[in-house]
Amino acid sequence: MKWKASEMTPDVKWKDITPGCNIFEGGTSCTVETGDWRTMKPVLDADKCRQCLLCAPVCPDMSIPVKNGKRGDFNYFFCKGCGICANACPFGAITMVKDEK
Amino acid sequence: MKDIVEIRWHGRGGQGAKTASLLLADAAFNTGKYVQGFPEYGPERMGAPITAYNRISSERSTVHSNIYFPDYVVVVDETLIASVDVTAGLKEQGAIVINSNKTPAELRAKLKGYKGKVCTIDAGKISEEELGKNFPNTPMLAAIVKISGVVEEKEFIKDMEASFKHKFASKPQVIEGNMRALKRSMEEVQVG
Amino acid sequence: MGIRERLSGNEAVALAMKQINPDVMGAFPITPSTEIPQYFSAYVDNGQVDTEFIPVESEHSAMSTCIGAEAAGCRAISATSSCGLCYMTEMLYVAASDRLPITLAVSCRALSGPININNDHSDAMGVRDAGWLMLFAETNQEAYDNYLQAMRIGEAVGLPIMVCQDGFITSHAIENIELVEDEKVKAFVGEYKPQHYLLNKDEPMAVGAYATPVYYMEAKRQQAQAMMDAKDVIKKVGAEFGQMTGRTYGMIEKYEMDDAEEAIVIIGSSAGTAKEAVNELRAQGKKVGLVKVRAFRPFPAEEICEALKNVKSFAVMDKDDSFNGHCGPMYAEVTASLYAAGVSAPRGISYIYGLGGRDVRVESIQRVFGELGEIAKTGVTGETYRYLDVRE
Repeated sequence: MKWKASEMTPDVKWKDITPGCNIFEGGTSCTVETGDWRTMKPVLDADKCRQCLLCAPVCPDMSIPVKNGKRGDFNYFFCKGCGICANACPFGAITMVKDEK
Repeated sequence: MKDIVEIRWHGRGGQGAKTASLLLADAAFNTGKYVQGFPEYGPERMGAPITAYNRISSERSTVHSNIYFPDYVVVVDETLIASVDVTAGLKEQGAIVINSNKTPAELRAKLKGYKGKVCTIDAGKISEEELGKNFPNTPMLAAIVKISGVVEEKEFIKDMEASFKHKFASKPQVIEGNMRALKRSMEEVQVG
Repeated sequence: MGIRERLSGNEAVALAMKQINPDVMGAFPITPSTEIPQYFSAYVDNGQVDTEFIPVESEHSAMSTCIGAEAAGCRAISATSSCGLCYMTEMLYVAASDRLPITLAVSCRALSGPININNDHSDAMGVRDAGWLMLFAETNQEAYDNYLQAMRIGEAVGLPIMVCQDGFITSHAIENIELVEDEKVKAFVGEYKPQHYLLNKDEPMAVGAYATPVYYMEAKRQQAQAMMDAKDVIKKVGAEFGQMTGRTYGMIEKYEMDDAEEAIVIIGSSAGTAKEAVNELRAQGKKVGLVKVRAFRPFPAEEICEALKNVKSFAVMDKDDSFNGHCGPMYAEVTASLYAAGVSAPRGISYIYGLGGRDVRVESIQRVFGELGEIAKTGVTGETYRYLDVRE
């Protein structure tokens, strides 16, 4: 029986899948790299940023880390490049650019 | 099922014919019988004609249908005689017991040539006099026990007293009234 | 020896619930099952059980409540009928696929329309493919006994279970019944100790996953296995119950089948009426018998084939219609079982009967046996899709 999200791989057999596809650990979305869904990526201009923090709450994922009342640079592991933060920024501090991988 | 006794009750929604059939099942159960007591549900409205049934036997009956050829019929509301074929399928060696202040002879004329016993009991009057209200159930129950002999009379009275004592623990006057109604009914039921 | 009582089928089920003392009941009233939560809520109010009774605004919510409670690690129960069961349907599938052994009492009733409150099996049969285990009762005694066995079965395989009885015919009828003593019930049913549950602080878990096509079919295959595995559990629990009470249960009950040449397959309260018909015909020297299906899910395919393989003709009695234009749902499963087992000699017909409370009489069943006698004699099956006791 596979109990962890990381063990639920496409080759799991029916006898090994958990009853009801239940997963026996918490916070499993931390392991899912949604960043590779991205075609455009936000870039922060630290000089223009006034730390108003209007961007952080509108992020649909967890790509704008906030620590001690200040936002840091983007966490590109999760950022899907939706651009909502760039739209929310009143100071033009976030620019969407083509993501070159 | 050699010894099975089948009874059909006719009443109106809200008058307690179903309850009476369940009380009879209780009384028979308490004397060691196998019982069935069940209603036939139609539109559940006050005043609508309703039918209830009893099967009472010393071996379990597995049949779960309604009763079409009853040994006895009990009519809780006399006015039903005009609209419901109360003697349908009733065995001639059986009897019909009707809640009425009329005599059996007067009612027989309305019963489409039924040749078996016709019995009447003024359950409404007994109930008014002994309980102060029109609760015809108790006297009707006593009358059918008397006529059918489906439960031994003394055991029936003993059992009913115990059940009234349980049910009306806080109202002893109601217990006495019910017991008087029961006994009067057994004496006053007319057989014709 | 048990306790001699007389109770209606609804009372008997409510009493079984009281003896088991489950953790949560989520319920919404509907005729003819209303009395079950009604009686049970009185037990809750009187402090006779510790159950959390959750009155909800619909059957959909009643089943959702049960799903949440059962996933949390509780024993959850509900009761319903007819359109109430239909309204639960979406959540019935969730309960089964989340592998939550909820227990649902069903007092079976017809579906609209025309609007009708009386008994048939359209409600339960309508959800027969929802993934629930399903037991049916002939009598109040069986409704009670099945309820006492239900949790043992459901919890062993991780599937929810429906305990069905016939609305009004047994639910509202008083019959003699032998009850099991409280302490024996407690010992038999036991405590519910789920391996995994949401309220376990030492094991975080997620219930109700989304499965992409890569995983969905594996999940379903495993669910199908649980249903197959349930057969042995039903027999084992039924045998153990028999040791305690003298009333042993299996997948089916065979009545006068040993040398039967004509047989009917039937479910629920009418099986009792049919037994009387069999008795009367046997007294006339006719070789007739019946098979009563107790467990409809999982379907007793092998048992039915074994019972029917030597008869000349049989009728499968369905108290509901599939409206597929050719047969009732149980007929389809019985004949599929025979075909798969290579049994082709018996000639079978499908009878739709007892819809919306149409009374099923001893004479009704005798007419069916009359038809079966003709088929056995002439070898001509004729129309296989028939309605019983309908005015022509």
